[in-house]
Amino acid sequence: MTHMVENVSRRGVLKGAGIIGGLVLTAPLVSKGLMAAIKKASGQLEASNYLSISEDGTVNIYIHRVEMGQGSRTGLPQIIADELDADWSRINFVAAFGDQKFGDQNTDGSTSIRKFYDTFRHAGAAARMMLEQAAAEKWGVSADQVMAKEHRIHNKATGKSADYSEFVAAAAELPVPDATKVSYKAKADRRYIGKSVRNIYMKDFVTGSSQFGQDVRREGMLYAVAKRPPVVGGKLTGYNKEAAMAVKGVVDVVELPVFEKPIMFKPLGGLAVLATNTYAAKKGLEAAAPEFEAGDNGGYDTAEYEKILWQAIDGEDVNHLKRGDVDTALANAVTVVEADYFVPHLHHAPMEPPAATAEWQGDTLRMWVCCQDPQSVQDTVAPYVGLKPVQIHVEATLLGGAFGRKSKPDFAAEAAILAKHAGKPVKMVWTREDDMQHSYYHTISAQRVKGALDVDGRVTAWKHKTAFPSIFEIFDPRTEGPVAMEMGLGLLDIPFETPNLQVDAGKARGHVRIGWMRSVTNIQHAFALGSFVDELAHAGGKRTDDMWLELIGSDRMIDPAKDGADYSNYGETLDRHPVDTARLKAVLKKAVEMSGYGKEMPKGHGLGISVHRSFVTYVANVVEVVVGDDGRLSVPRAWVAADCGLAVNPDRVKAQMEGAVVFGTSIALHGEITAKDGRIEQSNFDGYPVCRIEESPHVEVAILETTGVPGGVGEPGVPPVAPAITNAIFAATGNRIRRLPIGHQMTA
Amino acid sequence: MDFKINGRAISYDGDGEMPLLWYLRDLAGMTGTKFGCGAGLCGACTVHVDGMAVRSCQTWMDDVEGTEVTTIEGLGTGDMLHALQIAWAENNVPQCGYCQSGQIMQAASLLADNPNPTDEDIDMAMSGNICRCGTYQRIKKSIRDVADGKIKGGKL
Ligand code: FES
Ligand code: FES
Repeated sequence: MTHMVENVSRRGVLKGAGIIGGLVLTAPLVSKGLMAAIKKASGQLEASNYLSISEDGTVNIYIHRVEMGQGSRTGLPQIIADELDADWSRINFVAAFGDQKFGDQNTDGSTSIRKFYDTFRHAGAAARMMLEQAAAEKWGVSADQVMAKEHRIHNKATGKSADYSEFVAAAAELPVPDATKVSYKAKADRRYIGKSVRNIYMKDFVTGSSQFGQDVRREGMLYAVAKRPPVVGGKLTGYNKEAAMAVKGVVDVVELPVFEKPIMFKPLGGLAVLATNTYAAKKGLEAAAPEFEAGDNGGYDTAEYEKILWQAIDGEDVNHLKRGDVDTALANAVTVVEADYFVPHLHHAPMEPPAATAEWQGDTLRMWVCCQDPQSVQDTVAPYVGLKPVQIHVEATLLGGAFGRKSKPDFAAEAAILAKHAGKPVKMVWTREDDMQHSYYHTISAQRVKGALDVDGRVTAWKHKTAFPSIFEIFDPRTEGPVAMEMGLGLLDIPFETPNLQVDAGKARGHVRIGWMRSVTNIQHAFALGSFVDELAHAGGKRTDDMWLELIGSDRMIDPAKDGADYSNYGETLDRHPVDTARLKAVLKKAVEMSGYGKEMPKGHGLGISVHRSFVTYVANVVEVVVGDDGRLSVPRAWVAADCGLAVNPDRVKAQMEGAVVFGTSIALHGEITAKDGRIEQSNFDGYPVCRIEESPHVEVAILETTGVPGGVGEPGVPPVAPAITNAIFAATGNRIRRLPIGHQMTA
Repeated sequence: MDFKINGRAISYDGDGEMPLLWYLRDLAGMTGTKFGCGAGLCGACTVHVDGMAVRSCQTWMDDVEGTEVTTIEGLGTGDMLHALQIAWAENNVPQCGYCQSGQIMQAASLLADNPNPTDEDIDMAMSGNICRCGTYQRIKKSIRDVADGKIKGGKL
């Protein structure tokens, strides 16, 4: 990646943020390949789209990524502040609105730190060097005679120092040093990178003053709730407008535009009620009693659909990776082990249901949305209100969790349509029932794995087939099952040295909206991988950790292309983020050491282990379960060893790993969305339980920092959890769980 | 009918069946109390009515006549925060933060009733409060820290 910084005109964001005068650096916009920019504008130093310094020395950091619990709005500023050697208390944290100039704002795929680390570091370092140079010129010394530290420039010879504000105006006249000329701080000198800086929103969180999408209020605002067709592609057929209007507080009843394929992020249609408060809107909607016809997907029944998936597993193979000759190896094996795994649809269920507020201001539309990507809100909303995306000003509020759901802004389009209709600001409130019944669900999947063992219990072949409806079908209806990107999440980088390896997909079509959920298809793939290694270990008479180490084999970098795979490596090059088996083994060994895996356990107790690389981060899990005589299951403890390269904020990395264990435990124990007659059967936390405090394990986390390059953090903790739990159940009881959720399988 | 929110006198003459949650959020503009499920299943909307933790989504306006309602905004006094609020910050409990108003209100009522709860007492009292981000072990630690006197109220 090249780092270029050049002069451009001063950016609107600064005017928008009301900042006048200072220094602004623009570093490259990595994801969309845009150029960096700088402008010497009225004495303000503009070091980047992400950084400016005002004349009073205030450092303005424009945080283009959203905050949904992963800590990016604290972690990204840490990077700039560190290289700039800024005083944290003099930073003005500006939540940036949606604008292409910020590059990729889609806060998704565990990318915020890993994709923007270099850019933010460069911005901070470049601004620091400009301030140093300005000081050197003013003091008539060479640049190596001065040094920036704690928001001051120090003259090494005289010991004299002065605040950054003294040099902002002069620094703003200087060219921005490019990446080849920028010097970065030594690791030992870091003040913020690698430190557990407290979340910038902490006080707001604990006093209830933080603003989430559901909390937005505008003068004269109406509240909207809607009933959408319960089946995707269904249509509104009738409703009682008078009854709704008779409810006190109801202002209007509005038909939403009819939904048409492709699914994309389009709103689903249906009926909305506008009222002066949410309660009145809900009552009005109930009185309106909208009715719907089902349409094409009215026959979708997940129990029946499972049979179709197994037919796909039995049927045509679409090959994605091939090494050696698995079929011959299986035919010659001393022992063949075969197992089928099933994972149902899942739902994100963020604590905050989706919400969006829209307000027209002349010809432009202002929106406040708990979205993962404000630019995608612009693009999704624009055609519904006859505007260009740039005419829509979108602020991403705080998100009360998201896990992938809020990167699909169907709900934002509803708010915009209704605000246009009403001529007033409208907040579109999704209820929990709406959230559960109109999600972009994690796919439903079947997998079959076959393994060949030789006389020494060594694995000579691994054959893996997966079938599930693809996310990509929502964009391209012709998609028939897994695409390479989805296969790449866990199956194309299988880290085994076995001479014979084959990965195939089976075709499948979707009948609900399929979307990405925290760690995506790694969920089912890691479940099958982690379970099957355990099965092979037992078949081969080995400890599971030993079987993992044997399968992984020598220390090496894996290139899946050598086996014919189209592997995307989470959008990273293999040079920067190799698939490194030594790191995988290291986290596995660490988790074993932390947990004492392999030791004798009391009756009814079991330890299970699994390990997985995803989002270029390596995570191993050991989980302890306790199974009572009646089959009652509890998961008291878990140990996580994670190697995410550089951990910019170690406490947030730990917190993400702790949370991922709880999220993964919810998947393993409870997660199941089912459909009947095309309708989702679950509607709230009674039908779709998630782990509560007494069910959630106590998690101990170790961070192994092996490189200086940050990997993903928000998602990679999830995949190894479910197989570690089911393996622990096997260790405790001999009962092998091959379908999720565990649910009542233990007591049935 | 009359009642109090965080010490302030309120009179209300609207629909008696309106859940307190929507009164607080939409009519009073106090959005610290969160909407999570609307069905008594998640605890995000927890407030105190006469010192007792209740789910405001399941509490009608008729029910609060003559009572003192306390919300997260009124748990501390001005800048002086409740010990639990400090403990939450010290232990970096919140991830997304959305459930935490309800968690803190529930925990405050637990400690008011039972200043030295066992781990089982904590599990039992907090079981109705979902945290989808999975911050439970830090919630437990924070409650313990306050119960053990390690963390006191103050400024943040
Ligand atoms: S919103 Fe009241 S319990 Fe969930
Ligand atoms: S912190 Fe996100 S739901 Fe609890």
